[in-house]
Order: sequence, then structure tokens, then C-alpha cells
Amino acid sequence: MKRELMKFLVFAAAVLTAPLFLKGGYIVNVLVFVGIYTILAVALNLLLGLAGQISLGQAAFFGLGAYISGVLTATHAANPWVAMVIAVIAVGAIAFVLGFPILKLKGHYLAMATLGMGIIVYIIFNETVDITGGPSGLSGIPNLSICGVVFNTDMKNYYLVWSFAMATILLSLNLSASRIGRALRAIHDSEVAARILGVNVRLLKVQIFTVSGIFSALAGSLYAHTVQFISPASFGFNVSIELLTMVIIGGLGSIYGSFLGAAILTLLPELFRTFQDYDIVVYGTVLIVMTMFMPGGIVRGVPLLARSLLVRVKAVRSSEKRV
Amino acid sequence: MLKIKNINTYYGKLHALRNVSLHVNAGEIVALIGSNGAGKTTILNTVSAVTPPADGEIYFDGISISRLATDTIVKLGVSQVPEGRQIFKPLSVEDNLELGAYLRSEAGERKKDITKDKDAVYALFPRLGERRKQTSGTLSGGEQQMLAIGRALMAKPRLLLLDEPAMGLAPLLVQEIFRVIEELRRQQGTSILLVEQNARVALRVADRGYVLETGRVILEETASELLANRDVQRAYLGKDKKEIWER
Repeated sequence: MKRELMKFLVFAAAVLTAPLFLKGGYIVNVLVFVGIYTILAVALNLLLGLAGQISLGQAAFFGLGAYISGVLTATHAANPWVAMVIAVIAVGAIAFVLGFPILKLKGHYLAMATLGMGIIVYIIFNETVDITGGPSGLSGIPNLSICGVVFNTDMKNYYLVWSFAMATILLSLNLSASRIGRALRAIHDSEVAARILGVNVRLLKVQIFTVSGIFSALAGSLYAHTVQFISPASFGFNVSIELLTMVIIGGLGSIYGSFLGAAILTLLPELFRTFQDYDIVVYGTVLIVMTMFMPGGIVRGVPLLARSLLVRVKAVRSSEKRV
Repeated sequence: MLKIKNINTYYGKLHALRNVSLHVNAGEIVALIGSNGAGKTTILNTVSAVTPPADGEIYFDGISISRLATDTIVKLGVSQVPEGRQIFKPLSVEDNLELGAYLRSEAGERKKDITKDKDAVYALFPRLGERRKQTSGTLSGGEQQMLAIGRALMAKPRLLLLDEPAMGLAPLLVQEIFRVIEELRRQQGTSILLVEQNARVALRVADRGYVLETGRVILEETASELLANRDVQRAYLGKDKKEIWER
């Protein structure tokens, strides 16, 4: 337990001091997005890595959070914080209600149903032009502010987004280490066995689906208020797949892995701008290669790979000595 | 303690249990024997509401449990060791045991009491104690069965539903498992409803037995009577007619 706390403190210190070394500018802007995607990836990881329930429609919750926040503030001039709270509660309620029928499904069928959910929500964003502005998007969303401090620069937004991201990580680490986390892992392995021990499998699955939706909506609301413009393209099917790739690259069930996955998939496209429209191809390739050679993700896979390399190097050296 | 009255259970259209009635007295070990597909496992699953009965009544300590959900039934004191062990393989031995006490910690029971019961399980199965941090998927078959039983005991059951504890185990391990089953009854007075393919071993520890065939109870007698019953010997104990004639 103490080791976990140390790990978190080191991580928090790194996040806190990172901008000091970066002298601001464009990279800080990218790191804001790393923060938002970390929240989203952690949210999906709770559902997929911990409870073993796949979702190909996470972008729906992300988008709903963004649009509820955006419409309330840009169109109805609500206070951004109030809008954020409403967005989170509303999406939580939607996830809870949808969860009961959807999570009755398993495996491929669950994947199909969540995929459908994502597509339907995406279509709604596009077609309800009167409310969302349709494909051309919604602009004029105000920044968040605390006591007169407006979060309108990359640096300020960095600290805003990352304080929420750190809170999400801390909560998720706690959840994962708790009795509930253990029960979720049990569901992941065998639903029948978990049920026999008295775990209310159906309710617990819906609850973690709801938590996942709530975190995603929070990320959506943060996105809307930092970028100040949203359009349906940011919440399409591609985003759901991107999130899935982040979780798998980082490692299923590893909270810090989700951060790594989010960081890699957000930073890489910035470094390799040449891919442009082919990014989905790159995601696909990364996904295939990772599941083949590092099914445990980077957090578990790299140490494993390093160890086996070390063993090999040692073996070569000792055979050299003998010669 | 447990009374099952005229239950019928269906899997879709398949009529798996037909008007089954049976009972288990307090402190008794009762064996269910029968061939594959006779409905032995279904009876256990029906009691624990994994496959709830379509009609009929099940009473536990006089309380009707046939309409209750699994978690409520576990809370009342019924624990099941499922067929094929079903331990949580990616989790450690210790985590598996903790999950057995899931409802107790949910009810706010103190950690100290749960730790005490964990130690009791380790005392019962010393080999689990040596491997408490080990991933349970790496245990041997016998150890996995011990863990499955230990996990069920963590719920502090008064009635234990045991499904095929001897399946796939070496004879020595089967003896070990059944030694523990007898010890449980002796020390804690736990009642046990036991399903077993290995009818001979089961009837040796049991007080009474029921014989099932295609979803019906066709015979109920004391275990020693069943062991001596020629039809049972021929059908379930691996002795053919000739052998009986020759004696």
C-alpha cells in the first residue's frame, strides 16, 4: 500500500513540474490533451481492464459530456461549473439506464451494442442542428474560471485538466485495490463463480459502466471548455477505437498504463504528422502488433521483454567465457 | 435444514428437473448420485438460484428461498463449490479467499474476523497457506479444489453445496479432500449436499443418498443401503451382473 502511495506521489510530482522544463508553447497544449485522454482511457480501463466488459462507444459519453456542457454555456449562458456538474450527472444517469439492457449482453454482442450506441449518439450530434449546430459545430463555449482566474492559456488549462486527471487516477487506483475492484476482477474471470459467492454481478457491471460514463463525461466537459469549440468529428467511432488502443497499449487493468497509452497515442501523431489521414491504419497496426507480442501492454510487457533480453545476454556471455 | 419440495427447473425448453423433492438434515452429509445429465448439478444450481426453479418450493431453516436472489441466499448461509472449481485464476490465493468473504465485508464485518477465518482455511489446507501470494491459476488441480472449498467456507456457510470435488484428482488427493469434508462436519457441524460421479467415495462419507435419473429422484436410502443395493452397484459402482452372480 505504501509503495502504491509512493508511486502516485512520484507521478504527481512529475506531472506538477513537467511544464517548468518545457518553457510553455505548443507542447503544453498537447499535454492538455494527454490529460483529457488519460481520463478517458482510465475510464474505459475500469470497464474493460477491470470488469472485462468491452465498450466500442466510449466516445458517446465523451461527446454527450462535451455537448451538454457546451450547449448549456454557449446557448443558454449557464455557469461553466454548473454546466459541468449537470453534464456529469446527466451522462451518469444515461449510462445507468442504458447499462441494464446493454450489459446483459456478452462478448461480441456487447461490442456490437456499444458500437451502435456510439453511432446513434454521433448521428444525433450531426442531425439536431438546432441544438448542436450540426456538422459545422458549436462555438463560443466559455472557459472555466475560479475566483476571477480564467483558464484561458495552455499553461492554466494544463493545471486545470491535470488536477482532474490526477483525481481520476487516484480514485481509480483506490477502486481497483478495494473489495469492489476484486469483485470486478472476479466478474472478469467468471461471472457464474462471482455470482455464487454473492456478488450482485448485474448491478456491479451497471455501476462500473456508470462510473466509466461519468469520468468520460467529465473529460468531455473539460474538452469543451478548454477548446471552446466542439464538432461531432471529435466524438466519432475513430475516437472510441483510439481509446481502446490506448488501453490495450498501456495494458488492460493497469491505471498508469492507460496514462502511458494516452500519452503515446496523443504525442506520436504530433511527432509523425506525415501519417495525417492514415492515423487509423497506424492505430490498427499498433493494436495488432501489441496484442501479438505484448498482450499485457507496455507496463507489464516492457519489464518482461527486458528480463528475457537480460537472460539471453547473460547466456551469450557465459557461453563466450566457456569458449 | 434444507427442504426441497416438488421443484421443476428448465433450461429454455429442456425440462431438467422433474418434481424433485429432497431434504438435508442439520449436520448431515447427503450425496446425490446419477449419471451425466441426470440433473445433479442442476439441483445445486437451483438451490443457489443460479438457475431458479420454475415452480415448487425450497426452504432453508424454514425460510422459503425459492424466489430469492443468489446473494441473499449466500447471506442466509448457503455456499456453493461450483462444478469445475471455477476459481479466479488470474487472482492470488489470498484474493480468492477474500472474495469468498465478499458479502461479509460488504456487511461491514471486521477485517480481523475475516483474517482469522482465512487462517482457519490455511490450517485446514496447509498447502494453500504456503502459496497464499501465488496466482491461483498456477496451482495443481488438487490445490485448486482445496481453494474452491476454502473460498466457499469464507462465507461461513451452514450448508455447503459441493459439486464434484473429486473430479480429475489422483486417488490420494480425493482421500485428502474427503477427509476435510468429514472434518468440517465434525468440527463445525456444517451440513453438506454433495454431488459426485465417484459414487463409491461419496457414499462412504455420506449419511444418506439420492439416486437421480433424467431429472427425477428414483431412489432415496441411507448410504450403506445404497452401497449394498445391487441395482446401484451395477449402474453406478462399476460392478457388472456377472460379478454379483459369482459371489
